[in-house]
Amino acid sequence: MTDHRDILICGELKEGKITTTTKEILNIGRKLSDELKQALSLLLIGHQIQEEADKAISLGADNVYLANGNPFSESLPECYMTIIIGVCSQLKPSIILFGHNDMGRDLAPRLAARQGSSVCMDCVELSINPATKSLLALKPVYGGNAMALWALENYQPHVVTLRPRAAAPAESDPSRRGEIMTVAFEATDSIKGKLLETVKEEVKGIRLEEAKVVVAGGGGIGGREGFQLIKKFAQILGGAVGITRVPRDENWMPSSLEIGQTGHMVSPNLYIAVGISGAPQHLAGCSGSKCIVAINKDPDAHIFKEADFGIVGDYREALPVLIDKCRTVLAS
Amino acid sequence: MNIIVCTKQIFDPEIPPAKFKLDAETMRVVPPEGIPPVMNPYDERAVELALRLKDKYGGIITVLTLGNTGASSIVKHALAMGVDQGVVLADKAFDGSDSFSVAYFLSKAIEKVGDYELVLCGRQAADWDEGLVGSIIAEYLGLPLITLAEAIDVANGELRVKRITLDGYQVFSVPTPAIITVSYEVGRPRLPSGWGIISASQKKIPVWGSRDIDADPSRGGAKAIRRRLVKLFIPERKRKCEIIEGETTAEAAVKLVERLIKEGTL
Repeated sequence: MTDHRDILICGELKEGKITTTTKEILNIGRKLSDELKQALSLLLIGHQIQEEADKAISLGADNVYLANGNPFSESLPECYMTIIIGVCSQLKPSIILFGHNDMGRDLAPRLAARQGSSVCMDCVELSINPATKSLLALKPVYGGNAMALWALENYQPHVVTLRPRAAAPAESDPSRRGEIMTVAFEATDSIKGKLLETVKEEVKGIRLEEAKVVVAGGGGIGGREGFQLIKKFAQILGGAVGITRVPRDENWMPSSLEIGQTGHMVSPNLYIAVGISGAPQHLAGCSGSKCIVAINKDPDAHIFKEADFGIVGDYREALPVLIDKCRTVLAS
Repeated sequence: MNIIVCTKQIFDPEIPPAKFKLDAETMRVVPPEGIPPVMNPYDERAVELALRLKDKYGGIITVLTLGNTGASSIVKHALAMGVDQGVVLADKAFDGSDSFSVAYFLSKAIEKVGDYELVLCGRQAADWDEGLVGSIIAEYLGLPLITLAEAIDVANGELRVKRITLDGYQVFSVPTPAIITVSYEVGRPRLPSGWGIISASQKKIPVWGSRDIDADPSRGGAKAIRRRLVKLFIPERKRKCEIIEGETTAEAAVKLVERLIKEGTL
């Protein structure tokens, strides 16, 4: 156990900037490293990212490792692994943190298996047991119906992915000092497979994660036409449209709008759930919202147990009025 | 193309939250009364994807599941959907295994089945929601891995895999044999045919123990687990819902807007 040191965050860049999720993990990682008295290291893979490395130090990293390479979305995951494994063999971290997103979901299990480590996926809280110094990881299970608390004791390094919005982003303190190092690891030729293309499906309007208001529709909307009302309402409120599993499975709306455990995680000021029954798997993606409004015909729908305000009624009657009223209010 | 699909039997994840109960003492979920366990829905998508490949390219599909002998019901479900054969892995040595041990035993069983081009797994099991086993099998067998697939086809003698991402998709090309984890986006799995159900019900599902797959039993069970469950609990609800009443839904809608303005939300 003693030869493992440092907490390593596998950070992410989007359009050359440190992502919000990475900032959240810096916040969590900083607390763990203060408690364990271990250094906090951040690995960033990209091109010309010196400036972001400086930023990462003011956000709490003690060391930043810079590797030259494509972002995860433009690499074969196995090539990305080569860099991470290289850094790990040099650093011998005790804990490795990822965001629970495209990259973390893919790489964390491989990394744990290759290193013979323990792993815990999709955690919402990490802490240190003060007596044993073991890592405690809290994660939703059974689609969010239950929570499980795991102790990670042996089998270091402990590999953990953290659900987006698990913490507030780290705050910047420009007086912080740290070290920036460049590392280079070459991918070997033995890697099988090729990435042929990466396609970003453009969503018109505001990105779900950034929206202050989200209007989401579920199975109760009943078909494609109903989503016209949802879209209109979102537009009036300057918000984004989200969906649950049923509209996706029925092909009423593009799957890229899905909110929930396997889709987007949003936390707007206002989340309006229309015709949504409130399966825990969906609520996992919106429970961080400041205010949740539910509109559903079924008074016993589970969504009313998880909302702040509710209307029991047909959305076809409620939405036109809401749209009109909001239009007038927001215009004045 | 010969395909092996790894599946898991779980409590029905679609039960209403009110029916979800657990025993805090033993840290186990209480089986919901009157609702039979099902094949993990992500695994069911993996079976569906395997069947689509078989429809197009032929080959033999084998379904594996590690559990108790009761897990043969999901193998029968897969047979009724159209797969060719299935095996249940059951042994005392497997009980209480974690994802690493399960992946080890499954990889030994995959080796025993042999002669395959593709291994499919669901992207995660809808009980513990981790998404580990498929990736760990890939490491143990040294196979190329693509996670979160929505579609698979064959082009130029390699697999062409569409992987879903949060804001779009990627396309990979991998040589066989490979392992791929399958996402929900595959779409609805086919329903078993009447004839499929009848013929599946008559089949005897072979059961393999650790000896049958030449596995080291010490790599399974509670002794080999890499982390410890400290607590399992149902989270407290933080919100209390205020139902906005009205003579009509329209009236309630007007009141809702007023209420949200008062709250400063709008």
